[in-house]
Amino acid sequence: MFKRLTIGLRLVGHRVIDRIWRFGSATRFFMYTLVLSGESLRRFHLTIREIYFTGVLSLIIILVSALFVGMVLGLQGYNTLQKYGSSEAIGVLVALSLVRELGPVVTALLFAGRAGTAITAEIGLMKATEQLSAMEMMAVNPIARVVAPRFWAGVISMPLLAALFSMVGVFGGFLVAVPLLGIDDGAFWSQMQANVDFREDIVNGVIKSFVFGVTCTIIALFEGYDAPPTAEGVSRATTRTVVNSSLAVLALDFVMTSFMIGV
Amino acid sequence: MNDNLVEINDLSFAYNSRLLHKGINMRFPRGKVVAIMGGSGSGKTTLLRLIGGQLKPTQGEVRVDGHVVHEQSRDEIYRMRRKMGMLFQFGALFTDLSVYDNVAFPMREHTNLPESIIRDLVLLKLNAVGLRGARDLMPAELSGGMARRVALARTVALDPAIIMYDEPFAGLDPISMGVIVNLIRSLNDALGATSIVVTHDVHETFSFVDYVYFVSAGVVVAEGTPEDLRASEMPFVHQFVHGEADGPVPFHYAAPDYRQDMLRGVNV
Repeated sequence: MFKRLTIGLRLVGHRVIDRIWRFGSATRFFMYTLVLSGESLRRFHLTIREIYFTGVLSLIIILVSALFVGMVLGLQGYNTLQKYGSSEAIGVLVALSLVRELGPVVTALLFAGRAGTAITAEIGLMKATEQLSAMEMMAVNPIARVVAPRFWAGVISMPLLAALFSMVGVFGGFLVAVPLLGIDDGAFWSQMQANVDFREDIVNGVIKSFVFGVTCTIIALFEGYDAPPTAEGVSRATTRTVVNSSLAVLALDFVMTSFMIGV
Repeated sequence: MNDNLVEINDLSFAYNSRLLHKGINMRFPRGKVVAIMGGSGSGKTTLLRLIGGQLKPTQGEVRVDGHVVHEQSRDEIYRMRRKMGMLFQFGALFTDLSVYDNVAFPMREHTNLPESIIRDLVLLKLNAVGLRGARDLMPAELSGGMARRVALARTVALDPAIIMYDEPFAGLDPISMGVIVNLIRSLNDALGATSIVVTHDVHETFSFVDYVYFVSAGVVVAEGTPEDLRASEMPFVHQFVHGEADGPVPFHYAAPDYRQDMLRGVNV
């Protein structure tokens, strides 16, 4: 009994130490990426190329999802608000839900699934096929040449994608509320304009999506860079990217929201 | 000036607390092609990584042009690597770049040459490996031999003083192998470089190298010119050169007595 307990405790201790060690490695990797970012900003065409792969190619999934999320919000909001006789406030509900929460959070989750996995698999395979080693032997630092441009591409793309998500989501809510459910379009837009604050709502949403951009991209890059150079290693790293990014986004969202609301 | 461009002195290297090399000494004279041979898993590729500064020795040192590699700062190691070229086992071409861009990569990274001159240099290098016509292909469209030749063109893009080859003949057909053999020798002589070839292909290697080191169980077990080693009566060298299945390197992995194993330990 005592032996089993010892083995169990040892296992837990080992896993905790392993997690702390990986967190430390990821932090060091992040700092190293920041320090070596000069080249990717100086040779900005490298970053622009990655913005195309991570940002532009994610547009379809982000915009289609946004449209449906906005439409569902319109339906659900109308269903609840009409019970209190305030169905004209549907525009405010849709806009605030999207700008404050759903825009940044859902965009980050979709980004982790679409672009994050692609980044992890690409870097992991570059490592497995010795492309990163070859770069090092050519006296080219892979962090500066491969990692940093992808990092900045993710950081730049995420707030833009979140803004587009919110915009298309509002349009989806409008499509359901005005033509379908018969809400007055003047009330829809004017209430939204009157109740959505630029500083409190929009800027806070942008701050959130910026933080999510940093988090999701660095997790994807680290998992790829740290993946064992085997097919199984890359596949596990890709899974970890989605799991860790999703958990980090939801946890950070709670922390940031509590600060922004001032609890 | 020291005659040896690369020297390995009393080098030991441990990986995951397993001692891979135990006091290795090697010399790589300027302008020569030297082979490091040995069985799979004998740490040949690790030696190239130690020369390139990607790994640090547990004991001893590697000297490149008189400088101890592991004592150099990161910037100094990167400066040193600009004089080195390494051909990886399967080429390690950048899969998102075309053949042309792969060869142009080191030039664009390390020089400020205008694109027109880079074009001329890339075509010159590709012509040397016979693939000028393949400049627009992507790595996925190349055969194994072609990929190796493109990687070779990229390796010599900046006319390195040291060229390292990691298993350059692995998985190649006889024609591609012959092409690579000729290229290694002719590029080395044309560039006045020093080449280090890690391989286990005896026949091809003995046909063009100047000197050979045999590595086994973490030590240099034999060295000499190909002629010396062909005539060697040392059991390991004889087994390796003649490709015998059993000998000092046993056919069987260490295992308990066969009879006892089959009888599951029952005494009959």
